[in-house]
Amino acid sequence: MIDLAFFFEIIPALLAGLPLTLQLAGSSIGIGFVLALTLALAQQGNHRILVWPIRTFVAVFRGTPLLVQMFLIYYGLGQFRPSLQAIGLWWLFREPYWCAIFALSLNTAAYGSEILRGAIQGVPRGLVETATAFGMSRLLTLRLVVLPLAFRQAIPGYSNEIILMVKGTSLASIITLMEVTGIAQGLISQTYRAVEVFVAAGAIYLTLNFTMISALNALEAWLTPYRVRD
Amino acid sequence: MMDIVGILTVGKGGWGVALLLASGVTLSLSVLGFLLGALFGAVVALGRLSQRRLPVWLASTYGTVFRGVPDLLTIYLLYYGGSIALTHVGKLMGGTGFIGLPAFATGVFAIGVISGAYQAEVYRGAYFAVDRGQLDACKSLGLSGFQSQRLVVVPQLMRHALPGLGNVWQLVLKDSALISVIGLVELMRQAQIGAGSTREPFVFYIAAGALYFLIAAATGTIFRWGEARAWRGMVRT
Repeated sequence: MIDLAFFFEIIPALLAGLPLTLQLAGSSIGIGFVLALTLALAQQGNHRILVWPIRTFVAVFRGTPLLVQMFLIYYGLGQFRPSLQAIGLWWLFREPYWCAIFALSLNTAAYGSEILRGAIQGVPRGLVETATAFGMSRLLTLRLVVLPLAFRQAIPGYSNEIILMVKGTSLASIITLMEVTGIAQGLISQTYRAVEVFVAAGAIYLTLNFTMISALNALEAWLTPYRVRD
Repeated sequence: MMDIVGILTVGKGGWGVALLLASGVTLSLSVLGFLLGALFGAVVALGRLSQRRLPVWLASTYGTVFRGVPDLLTIYLLYYGGSIALTHVGKLMGGTGFIGLPAFATGVFAIGVISGAYQAEVYRGAYFAVDRGQLDACKSLGLSGFQSQRLVVVPQLMRHALPGLGNVWQLVLKDSALISVIGLVELMRQAQIGAGSTREPFVFYIAAGALYFLIAAATGTIFRWGEARAWRGMVRT
């Protein structure tokens, strides 16, 4: 039933899509994290002019499917080609590659900002007050006290979000990008062997996710040297 | 830009009715998939909690695979895998050509399989939240093992599971958009059809997004209400 020769044929074909999957995941997780941190910090001051638009952005991107967001950016904005050309942004919205990264980044920024906001608020107030009493400026307190503790607190939640993003890159195949899932779908419709292709492509994603989780666990352990593991 | 309001109206030449009907498909697809997922999730959670090694191994593999592999890939597996098997059966019966599985049923099944993996984790976590002392109390009252689970543990477990189930539900609702790839005309697919025939993708995807948002908000309220009801009379810390 299971034909090893077939696996040796499809695995290299599927691995050819891995660089694209990694690029999409890597760029969107990176850009998304920077955006998420910015959004989380911007809400700390409780200025209504800042908080209200950010909350709206977060609610919209968490409340709608990623596929809708991707189609809206790729097909929807394509409708405004003349205006986008006029402001010099057409190169960005013309390419499915940039549209996918754009959509994935905004999506993960919305989820990520909530994780980071919670983690920042979870830093004990007394620590911030102590830092103030020591004469540390707000920026210095943020850099030396709040953020290191918040990042460590955020790692488990953020790990889940990173896994969701790796899985989310598969949607890019629907807007014509041939990453691992796109290639898998092509192989299934050519060979009619859905189970084997699923096993091979699934193994690639599981390996990727396991690597990410182990790296993040190691990071968490490194940031928590005193914690006794049970 | 054409007349946006005209496109989305309920009247003649408008797409309003089509979009609302498609929202109904999305909602029923999600509800049925979620319920099937509850069944799968309960079975998988039981496997995880088992004393024997094989059920534990099977259940954790199920969870790892369907939570770690992109949902789109799982949908392709179930749709193409099922259709290919069906085509083989068709050939044995003298048929020719590709036979596709019914998209709605496949969609419900796919959502069931995927959300079952997530729901299992919720149920397992909730099981441990029920105080062990309750089981001792059951014994002292002379309840059998099954009776104490059914009458004491499960009702209390649901209370702890509700917030997690609410999260899974939101995930399911958004995942249902992926069923559009196998040709089911739910909200996402209907928006694509409308966008294609009017050449107004922006309007249609905004409308689809708004409808998903409304469904998510309305159903989220139901979960919050259920949670408040489940916890009535309890002091929450």
